Amino acid sequence: MSWKNYFNTSIGKKLQMALTGIFLILFLIVHCYINAQIFMDDRGEAFMAAAHFMGTNVIIRTIEIGLFAFLILHILQGLALWIKNRSRRTSRYHVQAGSATSPWYRRSMGLLGTLILLFLIIHISKFWAPNRAAQTFGEGELDLYVMMRDEFQNLWVVILYVFGCVALAWHLIHGFYSAFQTLGLTTNKYKSIIKGIGIAFSIIVPLIFALMPIAFYLEWIS
Amino acid sequence: MPLNSKIPKGPLESKWKDYKATCKLVNPANKRQLEIIIIGTGLAGASAAASLGELGYKVKTFCFQDSPRRAHSIAAQGGINAAKNYQNDGDSTYRLFYDTVKGGDYRAREGNVYRLAEVSANIIDQCVAQGVPFAREYGGLLSNRSFGGTQVQRTFYAAGQTGQQLLIGAYQALERQVSLGNVTQYSRHEMLEIVMVDGKARGVIVRNLVTGELERHFGHAVLLCSGGYGNVFYLSTNAMGSNVTAAWKAHKKGAFFGNPCFTQIHPTCIPVSGDHQSKLTLMSESLRNDGRIWVPKKQNDNRKANEIPEEERDYYLERRYPAFGNLVPRDVASRAAKERCDAGYGVGASKQAVYLDYASAIQRYGKIEANKKGMSNASAAEITAMGKDVVKEKYGNLFEMYEKITGENPYEIPMRIYPAVHYTMGGLWVDYELQTTIPGLYALGEANFSDHGANRLGASALMQGLADGYFVIPYTLGNYLADDIRTKSIPTDHPAFVAAEKEVQDRINRMMNIKGTESVESFHKRLGKIMWDKCGMARNEKGLKEAIVEIQALRKEFWSNVRIPGDINEFNPELDKANRVADFIELGELMCKDALNRNESCGGHFREEYQTEDGEAMRQDDLFTYVAAWEYKGESQFELHKEDLNYEIVHPTARSYK
Amino acid sequence: MEHYTMNLTLKVWKQKNHKAQGHFETYQVKDISSEMSFLEMFDVLNEQLIAEGKEPIAFDHDCREGICGACSMHINGRAHGPWHHTTTCQLHMREYKNGDTIVVEPWRANAFPVIKDLVVDRQSFDRIIQAGGYISVNTGNAVDANALPIDKHSADESFASAACIGCGACVAACPNASAMLFVSAKVSHLALLPQGEPERQTRALNMVQQMDKEGFGGCTNIGACEAECPKGISLENIARLNREYIGAVMAGGSQNAV
Repeated sequence: MSWKNYFNTSIGKKLQMALTGIFLILFLIVHCYINAQIFMDDRGEAFMAAAHFMGTNVIIRTIEIGLFAFLILHILQGLALWIKNRSRRTSRYHVQAGSATSPWYRRSMGLLGTLILLFLIIHISKFWAPNRAAQTFGEGELDLYVMMRDEFQNLWVVILYVFGCVALAWHLIHGFYSAFQTLGLTTNKYKSIIKGIGIAFSIIVPLIFALMPIAFYLEWIS
Repeated sequence: MPLNSKIPKGPLESKWKDYKATCKLVNPANKRQLEIIIIGTGLAGASAAASLGELGYKVKTFCFQDSPRRAHSIAAQGGINAAKNYQNDGDSTYRLFYDTVKGGDYRAREGNVYRLAEVSANIIDQCVAQGVPFAREYGGLLSNRSFGGTQVQRTFYAAGQTGQQLLIGAYQALERQVSLGNVTQYSRHEMLEIVMVDGKARGVIVRNLVTGELERHFGHAVLLCSGGYGNVFYLSTNAMGSNVTAAWKAHKKGAFFGNPCFTQIHPTCIPVSGDHQSKLTLMSESLRNDGRIWVPKKQNDNRKANEIPEEERDYYLERRYPAFGNLVPRDVASRAAKERCDAGYGVGASKQAVYLDYASAIQRYGKIEANKKGMSNASAAEITAMGKDVVKEKYGNLFEMYEKITGENPYEIPMRIYPAVHYTMGGLWVDYELQTTIPGLYALGEANFSDHGANRLGASALMQGLADGYFVIPYTLGNYLADDIRTKSIPTDHPAFVAAEKEVQDRINRMMNIKGTESVESFHKRLGKIMWDKCGMARNEKGLKEAIVEIQALRKEFWSNVRIPGDINEFNPELDKANRVADFIELGELMCKDALNRNESCGGHFREEYQTEDGEAMRQDDLFTYVAAWEYKGESQFELHKEDLNYEIVHPTARSYK
Repeated sequence: MEHYTMNLTLKVWKQKNHKAQGHFETYQVKDISSEMSFLEMFDVLNEQLIAEGKEPIAFDHDCREGICGACSMHINGRAHGPWHHTTTCQLHMREYKNGDTIVVEPWRANAFPVIKDLVVDRQSFDRIIQAGGYISVNTGNAVDANALPIDKHSADESFASAACIGCGACVAACPNASAMLFVSAKVSHLALLPQGEPERQTRALNMVQQMDKEGFGGCTNIGACEAECPKGISLENIARLNREYIGAVMAGGSQNAV
């Protein structure tokens, strides 16, 4: 049996989701750590230093390619699974169990993921894409700090970002634990630890992200 | 026709060894040419199919359920006996043999029972190797519990689901053979006729229950592993689909029916709650270890259980049987409950129940716990709470089941129990090789009459089913088939197949065309009532004679007034049921005739005329130490053949539990 | 326990066979006793339908004591109805009150085609077992049962997984119609015992492959299966199956090595 076959079974596909998901979780930690530098309230100095490193370091840039590959795999495989799993019950129930048997967010990963995807498209087109374009074809790195400050003066953008973070939080609450379950690590011994860390992570990281636009909008930082 | 039980000559302990050493064998190449049909996939059928498939025979299995894993063997709770003597408490093959013969009230064949005891140990080995998760001790070795009618601990168990685990083991072995191509499995198929060619069983007609089509299947031999017929009583602990049809068709084609009247009534079942009742639920016999059984001392006492003071309670088992108390064997406990209820002391709305009370056990365990914890002045409430915890640990799942069904909390209110039909010791007559009186037709497990005499001990049904399937039939069938290796597969357009199929088709057409007014269910209920009232826990000549007349009338009515909705060629559970009930009606008559013939009381068969002064069963060994094997001679015509039982080793004595 | 009677409205799925289009029929039943089981209430309804010259409702049932796994009704959106750890046959009518409307549907999953009304075909489960849900030991090959001690903890855990009754409620309850709980229970049952060790890798790979082939959905760790399982089979089994699968992949286990 080849590697391709191993990853093509229903468990194999879930493993793809779990492994890419865990990579994305790691990315979120880095992203969150760097962006949280804005709270230093040093007019973006620390943040820009970190952003400069991330934007120019060869190793990081290489990993970035991997990140996008994994992100795209996570999205495509997720959507494919969503469609495929739905097709396994052509004749649907007239009365649904709803939340009597499982919380809504576990059943809504496809929907939450799609919302996050839409948010991501906007987010990338606002920051990452212009910056890389400028780096590659234009005058060099942009001042992301200033860009953020300007963008987050717009209430609608702030609301959009907060909304994106909420979707991310729910997606993570299931996704974090689910990844470990798929990897078979949620034994009785570790289950509650993983669950606890997962919930804490899913709340703290999106909260920090959400505080960034809010902080700019409410001018907590200058 | 003289009945030849084919018990091998020689001393008891070498009969089976000698048989195995000298029986004919079939070589592997020939096995591939030999086709075997197995009806029923419970413990006996699945284990036989797996074992024969492993040997290389071409096997086909049929079951009416949607999967072999659903067979009613799955519902057995308590355990499986085996003479392993792991407890070092003096158990041995001989003791298991002796207990079984005695428990069966000296109406079983010594040779068969000894073989059963002999292979019992191999069963446990085989099941453990298959991955059956039996209960274990902390040291990693197998755990045992004690069961009724024995003085040793020889019962292996898997919580309260031993039957399920053993069946899953056999089912997995069967599915393995299916995947290897040795066995072809047909689910939702019901056997409706045996096909006979030149006096031998050569195939079956089955009905595909999904499409309604009739199918013909050839086999060099046919094995009936179709279970017991307790559902003749309508209400029993059997599954809704359990039926006698396969065995009955064989009977009508010439297989003798052995001891049909031997029925086991289990004393601890949840009582009937109303006319809607569709089946009865058994509560494990183990509950009698700690529970006390009582009724009020006053007739028609309508007070609630907890309002009846201690001195007004009659612990009738403890009163009548001081030596064994609440732990008398099943037949004795059942009859005693019936006696009290009939005399007007029954409890509950129906008055057909007695109390099984855990109050004193809770107190007893509570006090032990208090002592253990050094609580010298524990309050009554603390003792009760601790006692409940102990009882919960031991019997929690059973109490939970009781509460689900009745809505009553058995920790607070005594449980109501009543005896219910549970197992049938009778069945198709078979010889030592498990062959019926039709050459090439075998009966295994509960479907045969062989090993339990007039009463079966707890935890022995699973043992017998698996013994027959895993360890007996692989040898005895070879002995028959060795002479059949030159018989080519008979094409199913052979006239015998055509005629058998036509017979089945005609019968179904006739049934469907009655278009009467009464449902199948209603006929079944009426039959059950006759059987329970007149051929149930206690029987008498007058009642049995009446029952025979009533059943004959019921049969006529059935065949002129039954209403079966739907069509023949579709999934039609009502038609399936009608086929079964029609056979139950005919069997009911035979059971009454057998009970009428047996002028004695033994084991599960209690004739009111034959009892001691204090109401105990009285055997008539000089007249009835035989197996009553009935031959079908036409409608309502049965001829009795006797197979004398010779006790060479064990000497029958009166059972006493006082 | 006070007993009472009730009148109910039932909306039941009727479907002639797997090819036909199904629809709901509405029935009224009267004087249902609170002591009846849910299936006994259906018996009453069916007797009523037969008396009226109509066709009764087909439904699967056999042991009626919660162990055979035959019964399979989806009641008001719940596999086996609302009671925890309870099969349809053990659900009792005291759950309902006079005037209630109850909607009853079959298990719905493409891998469980409807045979008629509420009866579905679950042979896909048999085929999954055939793919490897066994230990290859021929009759007579066994060593003494106590030759191989098994620690009590593993034996108990194995038993907890083996308690699965194969009813298919996990598939019915899963929004993806996934059979992972069923498959994982069997893989766990055997993987937790030393007897299951030799075939551990091929078993996991083959059973998963067969599960996919039968058209069940994939597991997304929703947990509805565990919530509806009448025997309390836990999600830990699914984690173990995942682990077994990964282990088999790492070891380069090959499929179909029988």
